[in-house]
Amino acid sequence: MIIFSIAARELRSLFLSPLAWTILAVVQFILAYLFLAQIDVFLQVQPRLAALEGAPGMTELVVVPLFGSAAILLLLVVPLVTMRLVSEERKAQTMSLLFSAPISMTEIIIGKYLGIMGFLLITLALIALMPLTLLLGGALDGGMLFSGLLGLALLLGSFAAVGLFMSTLSAQPAVAAISTFGVLLLLWILDWVGNNSSGEIKGIFGYLSMLRHYELLLKGMFDSSDVIYYLLLIMVFLVLSVHRLDADRIQR
Amino acid sequence: MKAQVLVSVEHLYRYYGGACALNDVSFDVNRGEVLGFLGPNGAGKSTTMQILSGNLAPSTGRVLINGMDIVKQPRQAKAALGYLPDQPPLYRELTVNEYLQYCARLHRLPRGEHRVAIDRAKQRCGLTEVGKRLIGNLSKGYQQRVGIAQAIVHMPALVILDEPTVGLDPIQMREIRALIRELSSEHGVILSTHILPEIQATCDRVQIINKGRLVLSDTLAGLQARMHSSSMVVALHKMPPMAELAALPGVGSVELLAEGHRVRLHHTSEQNPAEALVERAVQQGWGLHELIPECVSLEQIFVDITRTEPHEVTDVTRDEAA
Repeated sequence: MIIFSIAARELRSLFLSPLAWTILAVVQFILAYLFLAQIDVFLQVQPRLAALEGAPGMTELVVVPLFGSAAILLLLVVPLVTMRLVSEERKAQTMSLLFSAPISMTEIIIGKYLGIMGFLLITLALIALMPLTLLLGGALDGGMLFSGLLGLALLLGSFAAVGLFMSTLSAQPAVAAISTFGVLLLLWILDWVGNNSSGEIKGIFGYLSMLRHYELLLKGMFDSSDVIYYLLLIMVFLVLSVHRLDADRIQR
Repeated sequence: MKAQVLVSVEHLYRYYGGACALNDVSFDVNRGEVLGFLGPNGAGKSTTMQILSGNLAPSTGRVLINGMDIVKQPRQAKAALGYLPDQPPLYRELTVNEYLQYCARLHRLPRGEHRVAIDRAKQRCGLTEVGKRLIGNLSKGYQQRVGIAQAIVHMPALVILDEPTVGLDPIQMREIRALIRELSSEHGVILSTHILPEIQATCDRVQIINKGRLVLSDTLAGLQARMHSSSMVVALHKMPPMAELAALPGVGSVELLAEGHRVRLHHTSEQNPAEALVERAVQQGWGLHELIPECVSLEQIFVDITRTEPHEVTDVTRDEAA
Protein backbone atom coordinates (compact mmCIF):
# COMPACT_ATOMS: atom_id res chain seq x y z
CA MET A 1 0.00 0.00 0.00
CA ILE A 2 1.29 3.36 -1.01
CA ILE A 3 -0.01 5.07 2.14
CA PHE A 4 2.13 2.81 4.28
CA SER A 5 5.18 3.46 2.12
CA ILE A 6 4.78 7.16 2.76
CA ALA A 7 4.14 6.56 6.46
CA ALA A 8 7.18 4.30 6.72
CA ARG A 9 9.43 6.86 5.08
CA GLU A 10 8.13 9.57 7.36
CA LEU A 11 8.79 7.47 10.44
CA ARG A 12 12.19 6.42 9.19
CA SER A 13 13.26 9.98 8.46
CA LEU A 14 12.14 10.98 11.94
CA PHE A 15 14.31 8.35 13.58
CA LEU A 16 17.24 9.15 11.32
CA SER A 17 17.36 12.61 12.83
CA PRO A 18 18.30 13.16 16.47
CA LEU A 19 15.03 15.04 17.00
CA ALA A 20 12.84 11.97 17.54
CA TRP A 21 15.30 10.36 19.95
CA THR A 22 15.73 13.57 21.90
CA ILE A 23 12.00 14.04 22.24
CA LEU A 24 11.47 10.47 23.39
CA ALA A 25 14.25 10.83 25.94
CA VAL A 26 13.10 14.17 27.32
CA VAL A 27 9.46 13.16 27.57
CA GLN A 28 10.39 9.92 29.25
CA PHE A 29 12.72 11.60 31.70
CA ILE A 30 10.29 14.29 32.79
CA LEU A 31 7.36 11.92 33.10
CA ALA A 32 9.45 9.41 35.04
CA TYR A 33 10.30 12.17 37.50
CA LEU A 34 6.64 13.13 37.90
CA PHE A 35 5.70 9.49 38.19
CA LEU A 36 8.14 8.88 41.02
CA ALA A 37 7.01 12.04 42.81
CA GLN A 38 3.43 10.87 42.53
CA ILE A 39 4.28 7.47 43.96
CA ASP A 40 6.03 9.17 46.84
CA VAL A 41 2.89 11.14 47.62
CA PHE A 42 0.82 8.00 47.36
CA LEU A 43 3.05 6.11 49.78
CA GLN A 44 2.76 8.92 52.31
CA VAL A 45 -1.01 9.04 52.26
CA GLN A 46 -1.53 5.32 51.90
CA PRO A 47 -1.84 4.51 55.66
CA ARG A 48 -4.56 7.11 56.07
CA LEU A 49 -6.36 5.95 52.96
CA ALA A 50 -6.45 2.40 54.18
CA ALA A 51 -8.72 3.51 57.01
CA LEU A 52 -11.21 5.13 54.66
CA GLU A 53 -14.14 3.42 53.06
CA GLY A 54 -14.15 3.72 49.22
CA ALA A 55 -10.90 5.66 49.16
CA PRO A 56 -9.23 6.45 45.78
CA GLY A 57 -6.84 3.72 44.66
CA MET A 58 -3.42 3.66 43.11
CA THR A 59 -4.76 4.22 39.60
CA GLU A 60 -6.57 7.36 40.57
CA LEU A 61 -3.77 8.82 42.64
CA VAL A 62 -0.80 7.94 40.45
CA VAL A 63 -1.86 7.09 36.91
CA VAL A 64 -4.45 9.82 36.36
CA PRO A 65 -2.16 12.69 37.40
CA LEU A 66 0.63 11.17 35.31
CA PHE A 67 -1.52 11.10 32.20
CA GLY A 68 -2.72 14.60 32.97
CA SER A 69 0.83 15.93 32.98
CA ALA A 70 1.69 13.82 29.93
CA ALA A 71 -1.04 15.60 27.97
CA ILE A 72 0.38 19.03 28.83
CA LEU A 73 3.92 17.95 28.05
CA LEU A 74 2.94 16.43 24.72
CA LEU A 75 1.03 19.57 23.83
CA LEU A 76 4.39 21.30 23.96
CA VAL A 77 6.27 18.56 22.15
CA VAL A 78 3.96 17.44 19.33
CA PRO A 79 4.30 20.70 17.34
CA LEU A 80 8.03 20.01 17.17
CA VAL A 81 7.55 16.68 15.43
CA THR A 82 4.69 17.69 13.18
CA MET A 83 6.23 20.95 12.03
CA ARG A 84 8.44 19.37 9.41
CA LEU A 85 5.80 17.12 7.85
CA VAL A 86 4.94 19.25 4.85
CA SER A 87 6.80 22.50 5.37
CA GLU A 88 10.22 20.90 5.29
CA GLU A 89 9.39 19.05 2.09
CA ARG A 90 8.29 22.36 0.66
CA LYS A 91 11.47 24.04 1.78
CA ALA A 92 13.69 21.29 0.37
CA GLN A 93 11.46 21.16 -2.72
CA THR A 94 10.94 17.43 -2.39
CA MET A 95 7.19 17.85 -2.58
CA SER A 96 7.34 17.56 -6.35
CA LEU A 97 8.42 13.94 -5.98
CA LEU A 98 5.06 13.20 -4.39
CA PHE A 99 3.13 15.51 -6.68
CA SER A 100 4.45 13.98 -9.88
CA ALA A 101 3.94 10.40 -8.70
CA PRO A 102 0.58 8.74 -9.32
CA ILE A 103 -0.71 9.39 -5.80
CA SER A 104 -3.67 11.43 -4.66
CA MET A 105 -3.37 14.27 -2.16
CA THR A 106 -5.48 12.26 0.27
CA GLU A 107 -2.99 9.42 0.15
CA ILE A 108 -0.12 11.83 0.79
CA ILE A 109 -1.85 13.38 3.81
CA ILE A 110 -3.02 10.09 5.30
CA GLY A 111 0.40 8.58 4.75
CA LYS A 112 2.11 11.44 6.53
CA TYR A 113 -0.48 11.37 9.31
CA LEU A 114 -0.02 7.66 9.90
CA GLY A 115 3.74 8.13 9.92
CA ILE A 116 3.60 10.72 12.66
CA MET A 117 0.97 8.72 14.55
CA GLY A 118 3.37 5.79 14.49
CA PHE A 119 5.90 7.91 16.32
CA LEU A 120 3.35 9.26 18.79
CA LEU A 121 2.04 5.78 19.56
CA ILE A 122 5.59 4.66 20.31
CA THR A 123 5.81 7.58 22.73
CA LEU A 124 2.50 6.55 24.24
CA ALA A 125 3.63 2.94 24.63
CA LEU A 126 6.73 4.10 26.49
CA ILE A 127 4.61 6.27 28.79
CA ALA A 128 2.21 3.38 29.40
CA LEU A 129 5.08 1.21 30.57
CA MET A 130 5.44 3.32 33.71
CA PRO A 131 2.02 2.61 35.25
CA LEU A 132 2.32 -0.99 34.15
CA THR A 133 5.35 -1.44 36.39
CA LEU A 134 3.03 -0.80 39.33
CA LEU A 135 1.54 -4.22 38.63
CA LEU A 136 4.66 -5.65 40.24
CA GLY A 137 3.58 -4.43 43.66
CA GLY A 138 -0.13 -3.86 43.47
CA ALA A 139 -3.32 -3.94 41.44
CA LEU A 140 -4.49 -1.39 38.89
CA ASP A 141 -7.95 -0.45 37.74
CA GLY A 142 -7.74 -1.88 34.22
CA GLY A 143 -10.77 -0.06 32.85
CA MET A 144 -9.56 3.28 34.10
CA LEU A 145 -6.07 2.69 32.75
CA PHE A 146 -7.47 1.72 29.38
CA SER A 147 -9.79 4.70 29.13
CA GLY A 148 -6.92 7.00 30.10
CA LEU A 149 -4.68 5.51 27.44
CA LEU A 150 -7.45 5.79 24.87
CA GLY A 151 -7.95 9.42 25.83
CA LEU A 152 -4.26 10.16 25.49
CA ALA A 153 -4.11 8.38 22.12
CA LEU A 154 -7.08 10.36 20.80
CA LEU A 155 -5.58 13.55 22.15
CA LEU A 156 -2.29 12.82 20.39
CA GLY A 157 -4.23 12.06 17.22
CA SER A 158 -5.87 15.48 17.38
CA PHE A 159 -2.57 17.21 18.13
CA ALA A 160 -1.00 15.52 15.12
CA ALA A 161 -3.89 16.43 12.80
CA VAL A 162 -3.73 20.08 13.84
CA GLY A 163 0.06 20.02 13.47
CA LEU A 164 -0.14 18.48 10.03
CA PHE A 165 -2.58 21.11 8.87
CA MET A 166 -0.44 23.94 10.23
CA SER A 167 2.53 22.41 8.48
CA THR A 168 0.72 22.51 5.13
CA LEU A 169 0.19 26.24 5.61
CA SER A 170 3.81 27.25 5.75
CA ALA A 171 7.18 26.60 4.18
CA GLN A 172 8.88 27.47 7.47
CA PRO A 173 8.93 24.64 10.03
CA ALA A 174 9.32 27.11 12.89
CA VAL A 175 6.22 29.03 11.85
CA ALA A 176 4.31 25.76 11.62
CA ALA A 177 5.44 24.75 15.11
CA ILE A 178 4.49 28.03 16.73
CA SER A 179 1.09 28.23 15.08
CA THR A 180 0.36 24.60 15.95
CA PHE A 181 1.23 25.34 19.54
CA GLY A 182 -1.02 28.39 19.48
CA VAL A 183 -4.01 26.52 18.10
CA LEU A 184 -3.55 23.59 20.46
CA LEU A 185 -3.25 25.81 23.48
CA LEU A 186 -6.33 27.75 22.42
CA LEU A 187 -8.33 24.56 21.99
CA TRP A 188 -7.07 23.45 25.38
CA ILE A 189 -8.04 26.53 27.37
CA LEU A 190 -11.20 27.31 25.45
CA ASP A 191 -13.48 26.47 28.36
CA TRP A 192 -11.89 29.06 30.62
CA VAL A 193 -14.00 31.62 28.86
CA GLY A 194 -17.08 29.86 30.16
CA ASN A 195 -16.28 30.54 33.80
CA ASN A 196 -17.57 34.09 33.77
CA SER A 197 -20.28 33.97 31.13
CA SER A 198 -23.73 32.55 31.10
CA GLY A 199 -25.00 29.07 30.29
CA GLU A 200 -25.15 28.79 26.54
CA ILE A 201 -21.74 30.24 25.65
CA LYS A 202 -20.20 28.31 28.48
CA GLY A 203 -21.73 25.13 27.07
CA ILE A 204 -20.44 25.67 23.54
CA PHE A 205 -16.93 26.66 24.51
CA GLY A 206 -16.82 23.97 27.12
CA TYR A 207 -17.78 21.41 24.52
CA LEU A 208 -15.16 22.61 22.05
CA SER A 209 -12.38 22.42 24.60
CA MET A 210 -10.10 19.41 24.24
CA LEU A 211 -9.37 19.48 27.96
CA ARG A 212 -12.96 18.81 28.99
CA HIS A 213 -13.26 15.62 26.95
CA TYR A 214 -9.88 14.38 28.04
CA GLU A 215 -10.67 14.89 31.71
CA LEU A 216 -13.78 12.77 31.40
CA LEU A 217 -11.88 9.94 29.78
CA LEU A 218 -9.16 10.19 32.40
CA LYS A 219 -11.70 9.72 35.14
CA GLY A 220 -12.64 6.47 33.53
CA MET A 221 -15.89 7.76 32.12
CA PHE A 222 -16.00 6.34 28.64
CA ASP A 223 -18.56 8.28 26.67
CA SER A 224 -18.75 7.66 22.93
CA SER A 225 -19.52 11.35 22.35
CA ASP A 226 -16.05 12.23 23.68
CA VAL A 227 -14.48 9.75 21.32
CA ILE A 228 -16.52 11.12 18.44
CA TYR A 229 -15.43 14.66 19.33
CA TYR A 230 -11.78 13.70 18.82
CA LEU A 231 -12.45 11.70 15.68
CA LEU A 232 -14.34 14.65 14.20
CA LEU A 233 -11.54 17.03 15.09
CA ILE A 234 -9.00 14.73 13.42
CA MET A 235 -11.16 14.36 10.31
CA VAL A 236 -11.73 18.09 9.97
CA PHE A 237 -8.04 18.92 10.10
CA LEU A 238 -7.08 16.10 7.74
CA VAL A 239 -9.66 17.21 5.18
CA LEU A 240 -8.43 20.80 5.52
CA SER A 241 -4.87 19.60 4.95
CA VAL A 242 -5.84 17.76 1.77
CA HIS A 243 -7.55 20.88 0.47
CA ARG A 244 -4.61 23.05 1.38
CA LEU A 245 -2.21 20.76 -0.44
CA ASP A 246 -4.47 20.71 -3.46
CA ALA A 247 -4.56 24.49 -3.48
CA ASP A 248 -0.78 24.47 -3.80
CA ARG A 249 -1.03 23.47 -7.42
CA ILE A 250 -3.64 26.02 -8.28
CA GLN A 251 -2.05 29.13 -6.91
CA ARG A 252 1.36 29.54 -5.46
CA MET B 1 6.28 9.53 -40.94
CA LYS B 2 3.29 9.28 -38.66
CA ALA B 3 4.59 9.11 -35.13
CA GLN B 4 2.55 8.37 -32.05
CA VAL B 5 1.70 11.48 -30.06
CA LEU B 6 2.76 11.07 -26.45
CA VAL B 7 2.05 14.47 -25.03
CA SER B 8 -0.24 17.06 -26.39
CA VAL B 9 -0.39 20.49 -24.85
CA GLU B 10 -3.32 22.63 -25.85
CA HIS B 11 -3.59 26.39 -25.36
CA LEU B 12 -1.94 26.59 -22.00
CA TYR B 13 -2.32 29.77 -20.00
CA ARG B 14 -0.99 30.34 -16.54
CA TYR B 15 -1.26 33.48 -14.46
CA TYR B 16 0.57 34.31 -11.25
CA GLY B 17 -1.66 36.92 -9.73
CA GLY B 18 -1.94 39.44 -12.53
CA ALA B 19 1.24 38.41 -14.29
CA CYS B 20 0.85 36.10 -17.25
CA ALA B 21 3.58 33.45 -17.13
CA LEU B 22 2.33 31.35 -20.02
CA ASN B 23 0.40 32.68 -22.94
CA ASP B 24 -1.29 30.24 -25.30
CA VAL B 25 1.37 27.55 -25.41
CA SER B 26 0.55 24.52 -27.56
CA PHE B 27 2.78 21.72 -28.76
CA ASP B 28 3.04 17.97 -29.20
CA VAL B 29 5.73 15.50 -28.32
CA ASN B 30 6.00 12.16 -30.08
CA ARG B 31 7.23 8.88 -28.72
CA GLY B 32 10.97 8.48 -29.12
CA GLU B 33 11.56 12.18 -29.55
CA VAL B 34 13.73 14.57 -27.58
CA LEU B 35 12.18 17.99 -27.37
CA GLY B 36 14.46 20.79 -26.28
CA PHE B 37 12.86 23.65 -24.44
CA LEU B 38 14.90 26.78 -24.65
CA GLY B 39 14.39 30.19 -23.19
CA PRO B 40 15.99 32.94 -21.16
CA ASN B 41 15.53 32.97 -17.40
CA GLY B 42 11.99 33.66 -16.35
CA ALA B 43 10.54 32.90 -19.76
CA GLY B 44 8.20 30.22 -18.45
CA LYS B 45 10.28 27.08 -18.97
CA SER B 46 9.97 25.76 -15.45
CA THR B 47 6.32 26.76 -15.25
CA THR B 48 5.63 24.69 -18.35
CA MET B 49 7.55 21.75 -16.91
CA GLN B 50 5.66 22.00 -13.63
CA ILE B 51 2.34 22.02 -15.41
CA LEU B 52 3.33 19.05 -17.57
CA SER B 53 4.31 17.10 -14.48
CA GLY B 54 1.13 17.94 -12.59
CA ASN B 55 2.86 20.05 -9.96
CA LEU B 56 0.96 23.10 -11.06
CA ALA B 57 -2.49 23.43 -12.56
CA PRO B 58 -2.85 25.52 -15.70
CA SER B 59 -5.16 28.52 -15.50
CA THR B 60 -6.77 27.37 -18.73
CA GLY B 61 -5.85 24.86 -21.39
CA ARG B 62 -5.08 21.21 -20.97
CA VAL B 63 -2.29 18.69 -21.04
CA LEU B 64 -2.80 15.15 -22.29
CA ILE B 65 -0.19 12.55 -21.50
CA ASN B 66 -0.79 9.31 -23.33
CA GLY B 67 -4.30 10.62 -23.93
CA MET B 68 -4.97 11.19 -20.21
CA ASP B 69 -5.74 14.63 -18.86
CA ILE B 70 -3.21 15.52 -16.15
CA VAL B 71 -5.80 17.47 -14.16
CA LYS B 72 -8.81 15.20 -14.57
CA GLN B 73 -7.12 11.80 -14.53
CA PRO B 74 -3.96 12.57 -12.61
CA ARG B 75 -3.23 9.04 -11.52
CA GLN B 76 -3.23 7.50 -14.98
CA ALA B 77 -1.41 10.45 -16.52
CA LYS B 78 1.26 10.63 -13.83
CA ALA B 79 1.92 6.91 -14.06
CA ALA B 80 3.37 7.61 -17.50
CA LEU B 81 5.79 10.34 -16.50
CA GLY B 82 9.02 10.84 -14.67
CA TYR B 83 9.99 14.33 -13.62
CA LEU B 84 13.23 15.92 -12.52
CA PRO B 85 12.56 19.46 -11.27
CA ASP B 86 15.27 22.10 -11.38
CA GLN B 87 15.99 21.26 -7.73
CA PRO B 88 16.28 17.46 -7.51
CA PRO B 89 13.74 16.27 -4.91
CA LEU B 90 16.12 14.28 -2.72
CA TYR B 91 15.80 13.13 0.87
CA ARG B 92 19.29 13.76 2.12
CA GLU B 93 18.99 11.41 5.09
CA LEU B 94 18.33 8.33 2.95
CA THR B 95 20.83 6.23 1.04
CA VAL B 96 20.63 6.09 -2.73
CA ASN B 97 19.16 2.57 -2.60
CA GLU B 98 16.56 3.45 0.00
CA TYR B 99 15.58 6.55 -1.91
CA LEU B 100 15.16 4.77 -5.23
CA GLN B 101 13.24 2.03 -3.47
CA TYR B 102 10.87 4.65 -2.10
CA CYS B 103 10.46 6.19 -5.56
CA ALA B 104 9.71 2.79 -7.06
CA ARG B 105 7.02 2.28 -4.42
CA LEU B 106 5.53 5.71 -5.01
CA HIS B 107 5.20 4.85 -8.66
CA ARG B 108 3.43 1.62 -7.78
CA LEU B 109 5.95 -0.74 -9.32
CA PRO B 110 5.17 -4.33 -8.37
CA ARG B 111 7.33 -5.36 -5.44
CA GLY B 112 9.05 -8.13 -7.37
CA GLU B 113 10.36 -5.71 -10.01
CA HIS B 114 11.94 -3.25 -7.58
CA ARG B 115 15.40 -4.76 -7.58
CA VAL B 116 15.68 -5.01 -11.33
CA ALA B 117 14.30 -1.52 -11.89
CA ILE B 118 16.58 0.06 -9.30
CA ASP B 119 19.65 -1.75 -10.57
CA ARG B 120 18.89 -0.69 -14.12
CA ALA B 121 18.36 2.95 -13.17
CA LYS B 122 21.56 2.99 -11.11
CA GLN B 123 23.53 1.38 -13.89
CA ARG B 124 22.23 3.85 -16.47
CA CYS B 125 23.06 6.85 -14.32
CA GLY B 126 26.42 5.53 -13.16
CA LEU B 127 25.36 5.14 -9.55
CA THR B 128 26.15 1.47 -9.03
CA GLU B 129 29.02 2.19 -6.68
CA VAL B 130 27.31 4.73 -4.46
CA GLY B 131 24.12 2.75 -3.74
CA LYS B 132 24.85 2.46 -0.02
CA ARG B 133 25.92 6.04 0.53
CA LEU B 134 23.78 8.79 2.01
CA ILE B 135 22.45 11.17 -0.58
CA GLY B 136 23.38 14.14 1.58
CA ASN B 137 27.04 13.12 1.43
CA LEU B 138 27.20 12.84 -2.35
CA SER B 139 28.63 15.56 -4.56
CA LYS B 140 26.33 17.84 -6.53
CA GLY B 141 26.94 15.91 -9.73
CA TYR B 142 26.02 12.62 -8.14
CA GLN B 143 22.95 14.13 -6.53
CA GLN B 144 21.87 15.33 -9.94
CA ARG B 145 22.29 11.80 -11.24
CA VAL B 146 20.21 10.41 -8.41
CA GLY B 147 17.57 12.92 -9.48
CA ILE B 148 17.66 11.55 -13.01
CA ALA B 149 17.60 7.97 -11.76
CA GLN B 150 14.50 8.86 -9.77
CA ALA B 151 12.81 10.10 -12.93
CA ILE B 152 13.50 6.94 -14.95
CA VAL B 153 13.31 4.21 -12.32
CA HIS B 154 9.75 3.26 -13.25
CA MET B 155 10.44 3.37 -17.01
CA PRO B 156 7.88 6.08 -17.77
CA ALA B 157 6.80 6.80 -21.33
CA LEU B 158 7.68 10.45 -20.84
CA VAL B 159 10.69 11.85 -19.02
CA ILE B 160 10.70 15.54 -18.17
CA LEU B 161 14.08 16.96 -17.24
CA ASP B 162 14.33 20.54 -16.05
CA GLU B 163 17.91 21.72 -16.51
CA PRO B 164 19.48 18.31 -15.85
CA THR B 165 23.11 19.29 -16.34
CA VAL B 166 23.29 22.27 -13.99
CA GLY B 167 26.25 21.91 -11.66
CA LEU B 168 27.90 19.06 -13.53
CA ASP B 169 31.46 19.00 -14.79
CA PRO B 170 32.02 18.75 -18.56
CA ILE B 171 32.60 15.01 -18.49
CA GLN B 172 29.47 14.36 -16.50
CA MET B 173 27.58 16.65 -18.86
CA ARG B 174 28.63 14.52 -21.77
CA GLU B 175 27.57 11.38 -19.95
CA ILE B 176 24.20 12.85 -19.13
CA ARG B 177 23.71 13.91 -22.73
CA ALA B 178 24.58 10.42 -23.91
CA LEU B 179 22.09 9.10 -21.37
CA ILE B 180 19.39 11.42 -22.69
CA ARG B 181 20.02 10.20 -26.22
CA GLU B 182 19.84 6.64 -24.98
CA LEU B 183 16.58 7.32 -23.18
CA SER B 184 15.03 8.66 -26.33
CA SER B 185 15.07 5.21 -27.87
CA GLU B 186 12.34 4.09 -25.49
CA HIS B 187 10.95 7.23 -23.90
CA GLY B 188 9.79 10.61 -25.03
CA VAL B 189 12.00 13.23 -23.42
CA ILE B 190 11.33 16.88 -22.74
CA LEU B 191 14.46 18.74 -21.82
CA SER B 192 14.52 22.28 -20.59
CA THR B 193 17.78 24.12 -20.62
CA HIS B 194 19.46 27.39 -21.38
CA ILE B 195 22.64 25.72 -22.53
CA LEU B 196 22.67 25.85 -26.32
CA PRO B 197 25.23 23.16 -27.16
CA GLU B 198 23.18 20.78 -25.04
CA ILE B 199 20.23 21.30 -27.34
CA GLN B 200 22.41 20.74 -30.37
CA ALA B 201 23.86 17.57 -28.89
CA THR B 202 20.68 15.90 -27.76
CA CYS B 203 17.48 17.19 -29.27
CA ASP B 204 15.41 16.28 -32.29
CA ARG B 205 13.21 19.30 -32.01
CA VAL B 206 13.67 22.69 -30.44
CA GLN B 207 11.20 25.11 -29.02
CA ILE B 208 12.09 28.56 -27.88
CA ILE B 209 9.89 30.23 -25.33
CA ASN B 210 10.09 33.89 -24.48
CA LYS B 211 7.94 35.91 -22.10
CA GLY B 212 5.47 33.06 -21.83
CA ARG B 213 4.98 32.66 -25.57
CA LEU B 214 6.26 29.97 -27.85
CA VAL B 215 8.26 31.92 -30.41
CA LEU B 216 9.87 29.12 -32.37
CA SER B 217 9.28 25.48 -32.93
CA ASP B 218 11.49 23.66 -35.37
CA THR B 219 13.33 20.42 -35.90
CA LEU B 220 17.04 20.51 -35.24
CA ALA B 221 17.64 19.79 -38.93
CA GLY B 222 15.44 22.72 -39.85
CA LEU B 223 17.34 24.92 -37.45
CA GLN B 224 20.61 23.82 -38.89
CA ALA B 225 19.38 24.70 -42.37
CA ARG B 226 18.47 28.05 -40.99
CA MET B 227 21.91 28.37 -39.48
CA HIS B 228 23.52 27.79 -42.87
CA SER B 229 22.21 31.07 -43.82
CA SER B 230 22.73 33.14 -46.81
CA SER B 231 26.10 34.77 -46.94
CA MET B 232 29.72 33.97 -47.70
CA VAL B 233 32.95 35.84 -47.43
CA VAL B 234 35.20 35.72 -50.48
CA ALA B 235 38.80 36.91 -50.73
CA LEU B 236 40.22 37.75 -54.14
CA HIS B 237 43.68 39.02 -55.13
CA LYS B 238 42.37 40.98 -58.08
CA MET B 239 39.10 42.60 -57.23
CA PRO B 240 36.67 42.73 -60.15
CA PRO B 241 34.03 45.49 -60.38
CA MET B 242 31.25 45.07 -57.86
CA ALA B 243 28.62 44.93 -60.56
CA GLU B 244 30.21 41.81 -62.03
CA LEU B 245 29.99 40.00 -58.70
CA ALA B 246 26.44 41.15 -58.18
CA ALA B 247 25.53 39.71 -61.58
CA LEU B 248 26.40 36.15 -60.51
CA PRO B 249 23.30 33.96 -60.36
CA GLY B 250 21.72 34.01 -56.90
CA VAL B 251 23.69 36.91 -55.51
CA GLY B 252 21.49 39.52 -53.89
CA SER B 253 23.92 42.13 -52.74
CA VAL B 254 27.65 42.58 -52.39
CA GLU B 255 29.41 44.25 -49.54
CA LEU B 256 33.03 45.34 -49.69
CA LEU B 257 34.81 44.57 -46.47
CA ALA B 258 37.32 46.89 -44.88
CA GLU B 259 40.45 45.06 -45.97
CA GLY B 260 39.79 45.91 -49.61
CA HIS B 261 40.21 42.49 -51.19
CA ARG B 262 37.39 40.73 -49.32
CA VAL B 263 33.73 40.91 -50.13
CA ARG B 264 30.66 39.49 -48.48
CA LEU B 265 28.10 38.05 -50.88
CA HIS B 266 24.52 37.80 -49.70
CA HIS B 267 22.51 35.28 -51.61
CA THR B 268 19.13 33.61 -51.62
CA SER B 269 18.93 30.36 -49.69
CA GLU B 270 17.68 28.44 -52.75
CA GLN B 271 20.58 29.25 -55.02
CA ASN B 272 24.16 29.07 -53.84
CA PRO B 273 26.46 31.10 -56.11
CA ALA B 274 29.67 29.42 -54.90
CA GLU B 275 30.07 27.14 -57.89
CA ALA B 276 29.45 29.88 -60.44
CA LEU B 277 31.75 32.19 -58.56
CA VAL B 278 34.64 29.73 -58.56
CA GLU B 279 34.21 29.02 -62.28
CA ARG B 280 34.17 32.71 -63.11
CA ALA B 281 37.13 33.42 -60.86
CA VAL B 282 39.23 30.80 -62.62
CA GLN B 283 38.22 32.03 -66.10
CA GLN B 284 38.96 35.66 -65.33
CA GLY B 285 41.95 35.04 -63.09
CA TRP B 286 40.59 36.93 -60.05
CA GLY B 287 42.92 35.03 -57.76
CA LEU B 288 40.36 33.44 -55.44
CA HIS B 289 42.08 32.24 -52.30
CA GLU B 290 39.30 32.17 -49.69
CA LEU B 291 35.66 31.19 -49.71
CA ILE B 292 33.96 30.95 -46.31
CA PRO B 293 30.26 30.18 -46.05
CA GLU B 294 29.03 32.05 -42.99
CA CYS B 295 27.03 30.22 -40.34
CA VAL B 296 24.67 31.83 -37.94
CA SER B 297 25.06 30.10 -34.60
CA LEU B 298 22.13 28.75 -32.66
CA GLU B 299 23.09 31.39 -30.15
CA GLN B 300 22.56 34.09 -32.75
CA ILE B 301 19.13 32.72 -33.63
CA PHE B 302 18.27 32.48 -29.97
CA VAL B 303 19.36 36.03 -29.29
CA ASP B 304 17.57 37.37 -32.36
CA ILE B 305 14.33 35.64 -31.50
CA THR B 306 14.25 36.42 -27.84
CA ARG B 307 15.27 40.02 -28.27
CA THR B 308 12.70 41.07 -30.84
CA GLU B 309 9.18 41.39 -29.62
CA PRO B 310 7.34 38.27 -30.73
CA HIS B 311 4.17 38.86 -32.70
CA GLU B 312 3.56 35.51 -34.25
CA VAL B 313 4.60 31.98 -33.60
CA THR B 314 7.06 30.91 -36.23
CA ASP B 315 6.16 27.32 -36.64
CA VAL B 316 8.31 26.05 -39.43
CA THR B 317 7.31 22.41 -39.11
CA ARG B 318 3.70 23.30 -39.64
CA ASP B 319 4.49 25.62 -42.54
CA GLU B 320 6.46 22.93 -44.27
CA ALA B 321 3.72 20.39 -43.79
CA ALA B 322 1.13 22.70 -45.29
